[in-house]
Amino acid sequence: MIDKKPAIAAKDLEIAYGNVVIQRDLNFTVNSGEIFVLMGGSGCGKTTVMRCLTGLKAPAKGQVYLGSVSVWEADQKTKDQLAHKIGIVYQSGALWSSMTLAENVELPLGEFTDLKPDEIRELASLKLALVGLSGFEDYFPSEISGGMKKRAGVARALALDPDFLFFDEPSAGLDPITSSRLDDLILELRDSLGTTMVLVTHELPSIFAVADSCIYLDAQTHTMIAAGDPRRLRDECENPKVRAFLTRGEKK
Amino acid sequence: MKQNDAIVNDARKSSEQCTVALDQLDFKTLLIKLGGSWILKNKRPSNHTIREKLTAQAEIAHIVFDTTAVVQWDSGLLTFLSGILDQSFQQGITVDRTGLPEGAQKLLELTKAGSEKKEDQKGAHPASFLFRLGLTTVNLFRSAGDVLAFIGEAFTALFNFFRGKARFRRCDMIRVIQDCGVEALPIVSLISLLVGLILAFVGAVQLMMFGAQIYVANLVGIAMVRVMAAVMTGIIMAGRTGAAFAAQLGTMQVNEEIDAFKTMGISPMEFLVLPRMLGLTLMMPLLCLYADLMGLLGGLIVAVGMLDLNIMEYYHQTRSAVGLSDLLIGLIQSTVFGILIALAGCLRGIQCGRSASAVGDAATSAVVTGIVSIIVATAIITVITHVMGI
Repeated sequence: MIDKKPAIAAKDLEIAYGNVVIQRDLNFTVNSGEIFVLMGGSGCGKTTVMRCLTGLKAPAKGQVYLGSVSVWEADQKTKDQLAHKIGIVYQSGALWSSMTLAENVELPLGEFTDLKPDEIRELASLKLALVGLSGFEDYFPSEISGGMKKRAGVARALALDPDFLFFDEPSAGLDPITSSRLDDLILELRDSLGTTMVLVTHELPSIFAVADSCIYLDAQTHTMIAAGDPRRLRDECENPKVRAFLTRGEKK
Repeated sequence: MKQNDAIVNDARKSSEQCTVALDQLDFKTLLIKLGGSWILKNKRPSNHTIREKLTAQAEIAHIVFDTTAVVQWDSGLLTFLSGILDQSFQQGITVDRTGLPEGAQKLLELTKAGSEKKEDQKGAHPASFLFRLGLTTVNLFRSAGDVLAFIGEAFTALFNFFRGKARFRRCDMIRVIQDCGVEALPIVSLISLLVGLILAFVGAVQLMMFGAQIYVANLVGIAMVRVMAAVMTGIIMAGRTGAAFAAQLGTMQVNEEIDAFKTMGISPMEFLVLPRMLGLTLMMPLLCLYADLMGLLGGLIVAVGMLDLNIMEYYHQTRSAVGLSDLLIGLIQSTVFGILIALAGCLRGIQCGRSASAVGDAATSAVVTGIVSIIVATAIITVITHVMGI
């Protein structure tokens, strides 16, 4: 399923808040159709790196490429076009609370496609059905559970059939069964649509369930200290921090 | 029997355009051939023709697909197919999906899984008019009960305060006093000065016709000191502080901070509502007094600038017209308004739902409740003072 064509690339990326460097010297490539995980301990800057990849936070140095487009060097028109190819699922779902689930999905379709209102409605229902929320079109975000909010967030992120899908802590706050279902959904969507996905998470079961490759961001050295298949890193990585992270610090 | 009977798309030859062709392989089997780019950007044919055919030809019992000519697809293909699949399901027609792109098959499976949940999870029927009427009535009584309970709890907290047993941080109250007092002075100054000016100007135009300009001081003095300063300050504070109270407590409700107080055995009424109620109630009479002075200053500006009265004339006329009872009535009114605004703001904040929009609704509701209670209280106090002859 994974096409070996690079879809996302970071070159010598450095991210900082003012003079405080969060992460530096980040170099990695995500192949098309791959599920890539940014992992690391709390506060190491995973979400900030993801914000940089998605065009929400400018890097201090370096480049981010989505496809062939350099995200931070592109002109505004290219950036706008690129925005339609990116779907982001936020940690809290970030659904617009004044809109129903269907309206949440319909909004980007109405703004960025020429579809007729009935087609948009049909498509929104389809996206919600894809994530198991058929029949919840007219519910407001405040009326559904945390897991359903995450799935509705996925449906909204999928609205424009994006090429790149980013997830910020998709399993956070979910019970193991809901979390596992969300992992299955991520895999099924990747297998069906071939979408390139980047996940920010430190949930080990999710990492081992979905990741094709990953990088480990270290909070002390402020850079990535390991990259590769998480299962191989768990078994073979020589860096004790990475091994400890991937084995929950369990001693052999 | 093989029949090639319907080609739906106009531009069927182009590989970039979506094409649909129907072949009847035998008496019972319909082959749907799709081709081209089935993406949302392209104009796609409607599936109505196929659905009508399925309805009209009841003998069709089996559908197969051929998508070898499909160049590209996304949700555009899925919406087209889902309508056909839904209708097939309803008519008991079996669908062989093996001819569809592999990804599309998986996605359609996922949507089917979602649809199965629909039956379990939805289930609610639209409510009848009588049901909704009954529900609204019950909710109205419940909300009246909630308001009374809230007022009762607030006054219990106040009683505990006077007994020295209320648990709250004094610094919170000082912050509320600062916010309701000093920080409200600029807006109170502006509005009161302008109200005094307007009253004087409107009165002057009428009084000048009788050569009774000097009575502008009476008009402005009595109106401002007795009613207008208190009402205008109340309305300003309802919009400014009442809404802020509702938004603060509403946000705390959304973040489960109020639940955290409750579970720790700390009364939100004492810890959150009491400092706000005390702070605003203490500051309102002072603001009202200040608004009185600013209103009188507004009247003085018109009297001196437009009516050629001198400052001492205006001062003496005001002193002779405005009694201590007028001042006290104004101050008592403002104290009552302070209690009402604080209660309205805190009540709506505590009642707030658990979403961002609910916080906005709570703030709006606090302002509306505050202003309505101010007007109703003004009417009641006016009638009472009239009956008492003061």
